[in-house]
Amino acid sequence: MLRKIIVAVAIVVGIAQPLLADNAGSPETDFKMFRDYFKSRFPKVPMNDFVNGPYSMDEGLRKQWKAIEEFPPYEFAVEQGKQMFATPFKNGKTYGDCFANKGIGVRQNYPYFDTKSGQVITLDVALNQCRESNGEKPFDYSKDDMASLTAYMAFTSRGKPMDIKIPNDPRALDAYKKGEQYFYTRRGQLNFSCASCHVQSAGDHIRTEVLAPALGILNAMPIYRSAWGGMGTTSRRLRTCNEQVRGVPLPAEDENYRDVEYYLSYMANGLPVSGPGARP
Amino acid sequence: MYTRALIRLAIGLSLAGFATSALAASADDFKAAYAKAEAANKQAGAVKNQWTTTADELKKAKTAADAGKFDDAVKLAQHAEALAHASIAQAKEQESAWTQAVVR
Repeated sequence: MLRKIIVAVAIVVGIAQPLLADNAGSPETDFKMFRDYFKSRFPKVPMNDFVNGPYSMDEGLRKQWKAIEEFPPYEFAVEQGKQMFATPFKNGKTYGDCFANKGIGVRQNYPYFDTKSGQVITLDVALNQCRESNGEKPFDYSKDDMASLTAYMAFTSRGKPMDIKIPNDPRALDAYKKGEQYFYTRRGQLNFSCASCHVQSAGDHIRTEVLAPALGILNAMPIYRSAWGGMGTTSRRLRTCNEQVRGVPLPAEDENYRDVEYYLSYMANGLPVSGPGARP
Repeated sequence: MYTRALIRLAIGLSLAGFATSALAASADDFKAAYAKAEAANKQAGAVKNQWTTTADELKKAKTAADAGKFDDAVKLAQHAEALAHASIAQAKEQESAWTQAVVR
């Protein structure tokens, strides 16, 4: 009898173990856990409001933001981006020719995993690829022209739910996992990870600033940041974060940055694009 | 009695002077300390985990050396090296420790 029980337990464990191993840490499981964490930590915040970052966490800030939105500081960037988008390259083609739906309302599909190059392609990288393939010089990834172009593209996509896919390609899963690792890895002399501020301390204050929740944190990109006195891209924000914890930032659109954008954007699936945004 | 005290004082002062000159750092000492710090910081760069404070200390060390303050320059370079080693240790530790922080 005892032998039968032992054999039965061994069979059950043998079957269950690989199933658990397959599910633990899968993007789908991560997605659910991530969502549940923020839901239970901030039960009063409507799910779609997380994309508004610190304004979803603090009533006072929210009032200021509502006032700011009457004359949004990113408006000039949207206008400039619109003009740039419509202006043909020297060869007569436009940015629209490089994107699905002529580049209108497509922000929610970026970044994506490109199975040809085996790399994560962000919207910013896709724009520079477009420029280079049309004989133009690439833009700086941090601000100015790149921020204006992405501001316009985000503006045309407002409200569309993020739709990031992880194709059935081990390299895509690897990029996702590397992004997750980067997000949770402590760095810099202050020994902070992205998660230290935007998961464990989301909603808390650092001096006068309210820390934005990681859920939907990139949906508002690019942003006008008062601390910068201008617009900045996701790359600029990530580099600033690294510097703030006394870490030497990586080059803009470094593989690690693209992977962490892939991871965070997947976590934000279903949440609306809210960019361009304005932040303190 | 008075002479003995003077002799003792003279011996004491000369010994102190000798000790000071023996401890004073040279340009070569600085170069060696700086090279070690730079090598460690390069290693931190290879694991994509340099600290801004390491670069700051290296810069200060160079400035001190340019001003001929080699004692200060060596200390600053040694501090930079210690920071670089700490950043490498952090990267190594985080290779596995990051999983402990994942939302579950």
